Amino acid sequence: MNNSAPAFAAGYINNDGPKLITERFQFEDSFTLERFLNTGGYDGLRKALERKPSEVHDEVREAILLGRGGAGFPAGVKWGFCPEGVWPRYLVVNGDESEPGTYKDRLLMERDPHQLIEGCLIACYALGLSQCFLYVRGEMALAQERIANALNEAYEAGYVGRNILGQDFSVDIVLHWGAGAYIVGEETALIESLEGNRGMPRLKPPYFPAAIGLYGQPTIVNNVETLSNIPWIIDNGASAYKEMGSETSPGTRLFAISGHVNRPGVYEVEQGVTTFRDLFYGENFCQGIRNGNELKMFIPGGGSAPWFFEEHLDLPLEARPVGEAGSMLGSGAIVVMDETTDAVKACLRVVRFFARESCGKCSPCREGTTWEEKILRRIYEGDGRPSDIELLLDIGDNISPGPYPVAAFSDQNLEAVPFPPRQTTICPLGPSSVAPITSAIRRFRAEFETLITQRDSIPVSAAPIEVEQ
Amino acid sequence: MSDENTSEIEVTLNGEKFIANPGELLIDAAERMGTEIPRFCHHSRLKPVGMCRMCLVEVDTGRGPSLQPSCMLTCQPGMTVETESEKTVKAQDGVLEFLLINHPLDCPICDKGGECPLQDQTLAYGPGESRYIEQKRNFEKPIPINENVYLDRERCILCDRCTRFADEVAGDKLIHFQGRGSQTEVNTFPDEPFSSYFSGNTVQICPVGALTARPYRFKARPWDLEEAESTSAFDSVGSRISIHASRNQVLRLQGVDSDSVNWGWLSDKERFIFEAFSHVDRLDTPLINKKETENSQQDKSSWPESLKAAATALKETSSDRIAILGGSRLTNESQYAWTKVAKGILGTDNIDAQMGDGLPPEFLLGLPRATINDACKPGGTIVLLGPDPKEELGSLYLRLRHAVVHDGATLIELTPTSTGLTPYATHSLRVRPGETAEVVKAMFGEGGVAPIGGVDPEDAKKAGSLLQTAESVTVLLGRSSLAETEGPVIDAALALHDRLADVQFLSLIRRGNIHGAFDMGMAPNLLPGRTTLTSHQASIKEIWPTLPTTRGHDAVQIIEAAAEGKIDVLLLLGADPLNDFPDKSLAEEAIEKTKTIISIDLFPTDTTSQADIVLPAAGPTEIDGTFTNLEGRISLISRKVSPPGTARPDWMIAVDLAKYLDIDLGFSSVEEIWEEIEKISPIHQDIIHSLSEQSREGVLVKGGFELSRPGETKVQSHDAYSFRLVVTRTMYDQGTFNAYSQSLVGLAPKASLGFEPTDFSALGVEVGEEVEVVGSKGPVVLPAKPDSKVAKGTVHVGLNHTGFSATELIDASVPVTDLTVVSK
Amino acid sequence: MAYFTEENLRRAHEIIDRYPRAKSAVIPLLHLAQEQNGWITNEAMTHIAELTNVTSAEVLGTGSFYEMFKFHPVGKYLVNVCTNISCQLLGGEELLHHAESTLGITDGETTEDGLFTLEDVECIAACTEAPCFTVNYRYFHRADENTFDEVVAELRSGRSPLDKGKQGDSGDIPSHGTLSRIQQHIPLDRKAGITPPEDSKTAPVWMEKNAEEAKS
Ligand SMILES: Cc1cc2nc3c(=O)[nH]c(=O)nc-3n(C[C@H](O)[C@H](O)[C@H](O)COP(=O)(O)O)c2cc1C
Ligand code: SF4
Ligand code: FES
Repeated sequence: MNNSAPAFAAGYINNDGPKLITERFQFEDSFTLERFLNTGGYDGLRKALERKPSEVHDEVREAILLGRGGAGFPAGVKWGFCPEGVWPRYLVVNGDESEPGTYKDRLLMERDPHQLIEGCLIACYALGLSQCFLYVRGEMALAQERIANALNEAYEAGYVGRNILGQDFSVDIVLHWGAGAYIVGEETALIESLEGNRGMPRLKPPYFPAAIGLYGQPTIVNNVETLSNIPWIIDNGASAYKEMGSETSPGTRLFAISGHVNRPGVYEVEQGVTTFRDLFYGENFCQGIRNGNELKMFIPGGGSAPWFFEEHLDLPLEARPVGEAGSMLGSGAIVVMDETTDAVKACLRVVRFFARESCGKCSPCREGTTWEEKILRRIYEGDGRPSDIELLLDIGDNISPGPYPVAAFSDQNLEAVPFPPRQTTICPLGPSSVAPITSAIRRFRAEFETLITQRDSIPVSAAPIEVEQ
Repeated sequence: MSDENTSEIEVTLNGEKFIANPGELLIDAAERMGTEIPRFCHHSRLKPVGMCRMCLVEVDTGRGPSLQPSCMLTCQPGMTVETESEKTVKAQDGVLEFLLINHPLDCPICDKGGECPLQDQTLAYGPGESRYIEQKRNFEKPIPINENVYLDRERCILCDRCTRFADEVAGDKLIHFQGRGSQTEVNTFPDEPFSSYFSGNTVQICPVGALTARPYRFKARPWDLEEAESTSAFDSVGSRISIHASRNQVLRLQGVDSDSVNWGWLSDKERFIFEAFSHVDRLDTPLINKKETENSQQDKSSWPESLKAAATALKETSSDRIAILGGSRLTNESQYAWTKVAKGILGTDNIDAQMGDGLPPEFLLGLPRATINDACKPGGTIVLLGPDPKEELGSLYLRLRHAVVHDGATLIELTPTSTGLTPYATHSLRVRPGETAEVVKAMFGEGGVAPIGGVDPEDAKKAGSLLQTAESVTVLLGRSSLAETEGPVIDAALALHDRLADVQFLSLIRRGNIHGAFDMGMAPNLLPGRTTLTSHQASIKEIWPTLPTTRGHDAVQIIEAAAEGKIDVLLLLGADPLNDFPDKSLAEEAIEKTKTIISIDLFPTDTTSQADIVLPAAGPTEIDGTFTNLEGRISLISRKVSPPGTARPDWMIAVDLAKYLDIDLGFSSVEEIWEEIEKISPIHQDIIHSLSEQSREGVLVKGGFELSRPGETKVQSHDAYSFRLVVTRTMYDQGTFNAYSQSLVGLAPKASLGFEPTDFSALGVEVGEEVEVVGSKGPVVLPAKPDSKVAKGTVHVGLNHTGFSATELIDASVPVTDLTVVSK
Repeated sequence: MAYFTEENLRRAHEIIDRYPRAKSAVIPLLHLAQEQNGWITNEAMTHIAELTNVTSAEVLGTGSFYEMFKFHPVGKYLVNVCTNISCQLLGGEELLHHAESTLGITDGETTEDGLFTLEDVECIAACTEAPCFTVNYRYFHRADENTFDEVVAELRSGRSPLDKGKQGDSGDIPSHGTLSRIQQHIPLDRKAGITPPEDSKTAPVWMEKNAEEAKS
């Protein structure tokens, strides 16, 4: 299969940039151990085992590998939070990818499971983690098959399990199936779920996983993409890694661009170099908005992120500037909406997601998100009341008090309010429902008002949104 | 860290500084300082979850103010807290609104109306008008989740209190959140009810009216209720309770949070037993059997007539032919009054408050004693050498379970059956009755390699090594099987006592105020204040007309003597020997042969129906007085309602009877009785005064006997063909109180013979098939079943189960009862 | 009460043995139960409770949190159409309506022949391939009404439509409940050893390397 034509995984689009974690995607059999070994697989692990665990940890710290699960916290620093002398410690891989707009971890798991496994092994070696759980979203049947197969191969070949590569390094990696709940992507909920419980988040503090995690033990939770970067970093060194990307966000990232662009897809992009404009309009990337339409708005980092607009197009794809402008890169999920998009409907659709996915633990989230959804649906279906707009904003304020993070509008003399939002809840899910509402009302208040006051003059979509009872 | 420990935790609360305790939660600290932060999910005896978000306050820990749940936040030095700032109030109002949008506004018909924090909060702070115009969540209206508890899911605000209680405290995870998000509900598994002995606690801690208890549903409005703090006299734990009554009727009991005793929890039996006291069958007038006709029958009588008849019977005989049984139902004061009548007036020492099912008080009180808190010390070591606390002493079980599950205590069981604590025990040795002392010796490496008492010596040694390295050990001591006499238990207790450097004992003798009875002298050879006929204070002779000169009979001896016709008058203080005495046939003979039986009781029982004179007494919510629990802790009992008819407190009956014996007992009120007790008891000095200062925690009575060492008991050896009988009590049985309490009647299990599973299969019978067993009593035919709780070579029967009283099988004249199965 | 078949019971034990604490196996075992029967019965939950040493109420409490578990019968094929934002923008709702009219059922319902159950679902991580739907969690990317009709026709005629998924998946679609056609299997001689946390309180051996060199 040496000369197999570049097939590329479904959804993945090759561009000219450096490829750290998608290099193998060109091979149809990229997920097999054979292909993996032929293309430098497990070299990082070999190199790691030649060094002291603490040196491996230092290398990752040095690389400033930012977490790819959404929060963007440097992995090497997080690894350092395990309290000294407390054993056992666990590794939990967050493969629950469910944030609206996000499609990258599934690709990495389906197309290159061994790369992920290698990353896990190196992390376990560096930190003395005695068991690893790969928590894969339940709905990803193919990813589960590919990982199961890869693990079986790797166990058989001596890469996982007892005395890995003949050394006194032993670790079991267990594939765990999720069962359908977005909130389980939140790390403490993930741990609850892995313990066999309802996936309801725990309050941090005190339940920071690195200190009190799985079974109350120190636990490192990392995203699939984060860990998939580890083999490259150990194989090539932190300094090589830092040659790419920007100073505060080195390396590359996977971005999934969906919605109204000509060439939606998943791209591996150097952080901080490329801008949104490059991404949306560049020949190498999405090649413009469909039908030559105007951009109306875009979500820069998954359903939880405040919306961006035209004036944000020249921001680089880098956590810090995006944060300063009032939103976040989150999980690298960019949803592009053109001028034909109904802002109220889009807002309702994202809010409905949070209402359906609230775990139910905190009153403001459990009750507030469903209430928001009901009001938005009323407005959208033509039953809105003039007071509804202020009510929505006030409910939002009771879930996430204070000015909600929003994008700056230079034309309206509005300044950005930076992340993270304040919350009356345990986790950020409830407050996330406020993002689309605040964004939409701030920018498109007129559309809401029109729906409320002139209900008959606006054509109501033939396809009313179904709302969970 | 070190200076953090030494430096004080200074917190600024609304501008005022105070010092928090280490580890104290902000919400609790604020409350201590008089600032009540609203809350729904927080409960100080449950782990914090921070779910409801009602307790959000603005906190600044140096990084600027932010809203934080005060129920999850431990106080830290330098913290600044604003509970009334604009942001705090806005957040709390917001949460309240969220909780209300789906909560039905049925307050006028809700049992919780008037004492509902949700209602109170809304009235105090809530917006006048709802902004929620959508439809509310719908669920089927109240569904029963067990015999006594109803759940209205529409009212539930998902605070996780009941479910946390079921998990963390009771360990009965039978109610659980189901579903997700706004469709989350609390419920049981289909067809698996919330069968927990402790289910009533969930009703008490539910902050809204989602959980209600059948006995109270729609009975009253909280504002009609009068409340009095009291002590549950129902078992010897002496849980602190609050009695809620309206119009002279008790409507509910609630647990009161005392640190030293029950932490606010009650067993369902303690909680619902009160219903019995208002049962129509309560004795409310004296009855007398004039024996004029062949078919003797009881007639209603007057107090003078019946008291005179009783006095006459007593006067007509000599003190050695008088005996008194029972007394654990009585308050300390009534016990004192009756001991004075028995020993100080009638001059008889034949008095025993136990019924052959306890331990000799001189022995029990001579052992070094532990408190509940000693036993439940974090990281401590506990040995169970007694009955199953879950079945017999519910609220103590919860404390013990907490110690082992949450506070790192180690538990070793030496019991003939598994218990409610077995799942949490480090070692659980299933011991054949009669052989525990031998097993104790094996634990310390004495004895051979052959199994002893059904236990592998290796297992015993492992458990023993834990004891040897333990810093201090508490032994929970009582009778684990009623078919084993006190002798072998004493031997086992002494064996432990003598082998451990630092050991204390906590009595598991269960019946009501039995420890008060000991302290008031209701046992052979005892006088009030843990003194004896030979060791008493001189002052007693100045106050009591007479004193017995020789040691009298205990319960077993009294019943034996009566059965031989040697007792003329048997006075029963709430005792029902026909049901309570371990050897039923012997008790029947005793009742039959005794000339005059005087029974003072609350309810008609098998024994009262045979009595010549029946005097109605006041029940535990109808009297004032004090109670002594199994630690020796005295606490107050309060009268909340009046007794039915002419029923009166036991001490008053004693005073009246004494009058007919031509003696003035010397007191006419509970206070005067205490004055007298303090005069003659060396251990009760100043108790009443201290009690008035700390009525909730009570006052521990200390001091007393030297350790006595009754001789060793020789137990007949066990042969391979017989099964050693194990008789245990269960929380629900056919006992009097259960039978008269509407919530509890019908909960008793059906009687059966339980065999260890391999023993059972060797019998070759079907599960549930009837099997005949015979010993020195019997034969008896009962359904047989495998019972994984019991040791090999034993047969397990519950006391007072439906269809059969196990006492019919027990031979009280031998240390253990062996039975053989009659082959078909 | 026994619910699992002998073979599944063996698999159940193999799964339980992979976790330091048995309760962690509750979710995988619920999947296994669903694989055996297509949905989860009360008997299944009671058996899982026994195997993992928890109460049936806890199993239901956990299970009912997750939407993949069905507590009532569903069709042989569970068809999930995504209508979340990315799919909605490119016709997810229209696809759902097409599916509803083609199959003659609405969200949550099952066709009379018991073949299909339809669900309107949240984001399934195929956003750049919108609109999309899955059948028993097998993806069909960039789907239109024709794709949908073809897939249904193939399934009705007993053929596998997987190659129409535009996603590199092939083979048969197992009936609802079976998620992964490949199971993880840890050979005993390769297992590093899984112990309850309270039994492994010391640092793993390889961590000694840190100290060793520090000395030299
Ligand atoms: C509501 C919510 C959902 C989340 N979902 C995911 C997810 O699906 N995948 C993920 O990797 N992280 C998710 N996260 C972030 C995780 O909590 C956690 O930060 C991350 O897994 C850490 O890995 P990293 O440091 O490698 O990014 C979510 C967070 C929240 C609050
Ligand atoms: S914010 Fe919502 S999802 Fe997050 S813990 Fe609270 S209720 Fe659950
Ligand atoms: S009381 Fe603190 S969150 Fe409920």
